[in-house]
Amino acid sequence: MDGNIGNRVARLSCEHRRMGVAVETEEAVTRRGEIAAGLRDSLAAGLGMFPLGAAFGMLVVQAGLPWWLAPALSFTAYAGSLELLLVSMIAGAVPLATVALTTFLVNFRHVFYAFSFPLRVVRNRLAKAYSVYALTDEAYAITAASPGRWTAWRLLSMQAALQLYWVGGGLAGTAVASLLPGPIEGLEFALCALFVTLTLDAARSRAQVPSLLLAGLSFTVAILAVPDAALFAALVLFVALLMVRYALGARRAREGVDA
Amino acid sequence: MPEASYLAALLAIVFAIDLALRAAPFAALRTLRESDLVERLALWMPVGILAILAASTLRGSMGADPGTAVVALAAVAVTAVVHLRAGRRTLLSVGAGTLVYVLLVNVDAAAAISGALRGFA
Repeated sequence: MDGNIGNRVARLSCEHRRMGVAVETEEAVTRRGEIAAGLRDSLAAGLGMFPLGAAFGMLVVQAGLPWWLAPALSFTAYAGSLELLLVSMIAGAVPLATVALTTFLVNFRHVFYAFSFPLRVVRNRLAKAYSVYALTDEAYAITAASPGRWTAWRLLSMQAALQLYWVGGGLAGTAVASLLPGPIEGLEFALCALFVTLTLDAARSRAQVPSLLLAGLSFTVAILAVPDAALFAALVLFVALLMVRYALGARRAREGVDA
Repeated sequence: MPEASYLAALLAIVFAIDLALRAAPFAALRTLRESDLVERLALWMPVGILAILAASTLRGSMGADPGTAVVALAAVAVTAVVHLRAGRRTLLSVGAGTLVYVLLVNVDAAAAISGALRGFA
């Protein structure tokens, strides 16, 4: 009788375990699917980031700096335009205060990305920290063009893949710097093409037209007024114009209520 | 080669400022989640920021001479047309536009086009 009970317990726990395994595999399948989707999302950006990273790696070596500075900058700064600037600043032994100010101004645009970046889908604290750390122009752009479909695994695999392309490109660049006269010219256009397609994806409804017009106005004013810091100026102006748009809308709504 | 202490300090400064700029807004927005303004901005900002990033990288790709500018504009047109006509497959559109740009820039079409432009003028 004892054996009977023991058997039954064994059978039950076996069934239980099977159920557990079933649930686990289902989870693993969705997770694999999400990771694959994140990698797919990253591919077009990688087309631009890898060659640009290679150009950056070559620049490091050609500026007479140690090769490990390429991956070191790609992990600490992790922002392409800033890293390219830093190479010439380091080669010129620019004061650290200047480096700090430049970093602040060039990367200030990241402040605006928090408004719509889908960080809320990530629960794990460490993963959340990585996601914030790896919030680059490209990562922001990919999420901005297709909101509402993000899961933690998809977002993180996309971001990790982007960093892999960038760091890998940089290492490849340092490796071939002494062998090649220069990278293939023009590959960095892929980033421009990427932002063009993502803009088209984000601009599918007529409700987006006012924002597009304000962005166009901001950029035009920025290249005319401050051609050397056009990106920064355009973003600040754009956000300021959106605030004005909000204030005007609120006033109109109030007047509508009063009337 | 610069001193190791200079490089170490530089990397630490860059890392700290960079991370702060990316993290601070999330912390600030947590207290403003209910704000109507923040909600609107989250809705309005993405398309405009993408357009500004596109315009800014395009400006970089156009370079200084008019030939490269024409090549860059043509490549943007190819990217957009392929994207809208071939089912919005990003990798395909980006690949097509980049191929056009790389080919035209490297076969010195830039020089030919700017020569033609000069001919017109």
